Amino acid sequence: MIKFELRETESRVMSVVSPLLAGILTLLTGGLLFYALGEPPAKTLYTFFIVPVSTLYGLSELTVKATPILMCAIGLTLCYRANVWNIGAEGQLLIGALVGGYAALLLGNSTSFWALPLTLCLGIFGGLCWASIPAMLKISFNTNEILTTIMLNYIALNLLLFAIHGPLKDPHGYNFPESALFSDNVLLPTLFDALRMHIGFFIGILLIVLLWIGINKTLIGFQITALGKDDKASRFAGFNKKALTWLVFIMSGGLAGLAGAIEVTGPIGQLIPHISPGYGYAAIVVAFLGRLHPLGILLASLLMALLYLGGEMVQIELGLPLALTGLFQGILLFFLLSCDVLITYRIRFVRKRTELN
Amino acid sequence: MTDLENSLVLSNISKQYGDRFANNNISLEVVGGRITAIVGENGAGKSTLMKIIHGSISPDSGNLNWNGKILTKHSPAHARDLGIQMVYQHFSLFETLSVQDNISLALGSENLIGEPSILDRINQKCEEFGIVIDPDRLIYSLSMGERQRVELVRCLLQKVNLLILDEPTSVLTPQETKSLFGVLKRLADRGVSILFISHKLYEVKELCDQAIILRNGKVEGSFNPKKKTVVEIANLMVGEELTVPKNFEKRESETTILEVKNFYSDNSGSFSTSLKDLNFDLRAGEILGIAGISGNGQAELFNAVSGEGDQMCEGMIEFKEKDISHLSPQMRRETGVHFVPEDRLGRGAIETMSLWENSILTLAVPEIRKKFFLDKSYLNSWTKEIIEKFSVQCLGYAANAGSLSGGNLQKFIMGREILQQPEVLVVTNPTWGVDVAAAAAIHHALISLRDRGAGILVISEDIDELFKLSDRLMVICEGKLSKARSIKSTSIQEVGQQMVGANSSTTLANESR
Repeated sequence: MIKFELRETESRVMSVVSPLLAGILTLLTGGLLFYALGEPPAKTLYTFFIVPVSTLYGLSELTVKATPILMCAIGLTLCYRANVWNIGAEGQLLIGALVGGYAALLLGNSTSFWALPLTLCLGIFGGLCWASIPAMLKISFNTNEILTTIMLNYIALNLLLFAIHGPLKDPHGYNFPESALFSDNVLLPTLFDALRMHIGFFIGILLIVLLWIGINKTLIGFQITALGKDDKASRFAGFNKKALTWLVFIMSGGLAGLAGAIEVTGPIGQLIPHISPGYGYAAIVVAFLGRLHPLGILLASLLMALLYLGGEMVQIELGLPLALTGLFQGILLFFLLSCDVLITYRIRFVRKRTELN
Repeated sequence: MTDLENSLVLSNISKQYGDRFANNNISLEVVGGRITAIVGENGAGKSTLMKIIHGSISPDSGNLNWNGKILTKHSPAHARDLGIQMVYQHFSLFETLSVQDNISLALGSENLIGEPSILDRINQKCEEFGIVIDPDRLIYSLSMGERQRVELVRCLLQKVNLLILDEPTSVLTPQETKSLFGVLKRLADRGVSILFISHKLYEVKELCDQAIILRNGKVEGSFNPKKKTVVEIANLMVGEELTVPKNFEKRESETTILEVKNFYSDNSGSFSTSLKDLNFDLRAGEILGIAGISGNGQAELFNAVSGEGDQMCEGMIEFKEKDISHLSPQMRRETGVHFVPEDRLGRGAIETMSLWENSILTLAVPEIRKKFFLDKSYLNSWTKEIIEKFSVQCLGYAANAGSLSGGNLQKFIMGREILQQPEVLVVTNPTWGVDVAAAAAIHHALISLRDRGAGILVISEDIDELFKLSDRLMVICEGKLSKARSIKSTSIQEVGQQMVGANSSTTLANESR
């Protein structure tokens, strides 16, 4: 019989070992899965995890994919630290992309230096407004933010689809549901010729540093963490729960909106139906995989980006379905949550108790 | 009855956590049919020892011997088979279910079928032991004392040979305590062994046949408490001359510093109590006590004064003749009113945060609290000052609040408020579940704060403590406050009667049976 026993204190070793263990178990399960699909496990795993990053181009793509995930995850980290369950980064990202994209189309002829920053700011503003809807509902009516944010994700997607099927459709685009291509002055500058890597990734790194300072060095960061850890204590301390809830929602929405605006002004360059292959959802996994810690989410977002690249790679090379990316994300989160039990519990193997008397 | 019946012998029990011994080579003997007290400071190893006896923790070394047989594989289920039952300090009852349902749930299906019915058996046990309880009432409507009786009846309906009670009287009125002792004595007369854990030395002296003192995980001595004075026992327990406040001078002060006028709150429909027309004044340089059985509005009163409550309320709270009832807790602190809540962890302090982080919670220094960046050097030295001045035993300012023992955490929280020199301090259960030495330190600190001219409001369920500390005393019952009276013109008996309410359905005759 296997028994879970509560530990006296949380195990520090396990909190480091658990993600590694989860990673190994994910690889093993993935190998089994490939085997069941009739592919050689080792070679397929190699194609999935190593090939995508074995070239300079691959590494550049890694940062391109990681950027939106990272930005969403930074905002979600703030939310989750405050015990606010914002699942809506995806929708906030899409609205950011839509508003930013609309601005990019309007500013297409401007030659001002400020055209791009303004586009990005409007993207931030879009995401922020979208996040303020569940924030207001939660604060005024105590509505469960998990439900409202998920629902708003679908509304956001349909708004985007409406826009590119209708008002924002490219008049010269042969009726494809796409906007016109943005002009060069509203596109994010790339860093190297022939690579898609753009400055967004460095904005992300900068934000990670700001996040670290914010949660470790500032009073507001302390209040956010305190609110999440202990609602009653932070009420006793007199922290303003409403204001803090607003703040984390708005920060998270703004960052997701920025991610969306960066996506459309960066690698994509126009509004299309599939701006995000679930970056906002992947960011949820990243926030927890990174243990709501700045360095952790940086690494986790790179890993998550690798899963996207790997999924594409095995599709191209071996003809396996792209859904593998989502599957791997799910397996990884599943194992992580399972392994996390070991932080607070230990496993003991006991033989069934025999009667003594 | 042979000597062996219901006897428990522990030999050389040790349990180690990290490099700290919770129990160090403990040997003791519980004789059948006797009431044995286990006394000791917080962190002395009492809880660990009880859990070992109850089977939920297994010792690193040593063994347990029940009726002459060594228990090799002990577990809670096994303990239950042997008739070892425990009434915990914190009850495990479902608030929205009736007494009878709660008891049925604990018994398990095999006990529920057959004759006589469960209801009859409950009534029979209650009659047998003189326990007054209505099986149809819902738990949330019961006082703490009544809830404890439910736990007790639950144990009695199962096989019971050894009954362990963890701080059973901390939530009881004097009358309830008396009736509990009646039940325990009756049980002992029938040969049931009883282990009684308590901080209240007078009770140990009154009830127990044998007392075992634990200190730092070791047995410090075993004696007949009836043959020792309370001071002697206390000295054995803390290992030094006891510093319980000597009969310090009670005071009658005249200057009002905090006044509550016509205060109402409406909590009907929830499980909390509505406050009805509260009027009282707290004076500078006095300790005003509020006695009452828990659940009679103390929590609501505390929230109203601290500004945490979100209940609908009306009325005035005036501090130095200025209405503060619209201010946030933090703004109230900045005007000079500080608070110590009942729950140490989960309200007074955050378990998984360090002490220096916890020191921020109630810091009322605007220059620090309003800065964007945390002033770590200020906070560290501030935390060190609290730790030093209140001799908090911990691993330094970076230790997590959850790693401190209850008494030390309470000293930290007290120190955090008192060292900010409040003009008014509102405290709930300041020494609940705290060992004698820490309680003495806390009482001293409160008294010296009073002597510096602060007004202190102490809400407590511990009547002895209130009589020891207060200059004036009020009683809260069903959301209403009695008039404050000078401590000299009232008695424990009188206050005890007020606590259960003159018109209460439970009459005193039943309570003190």
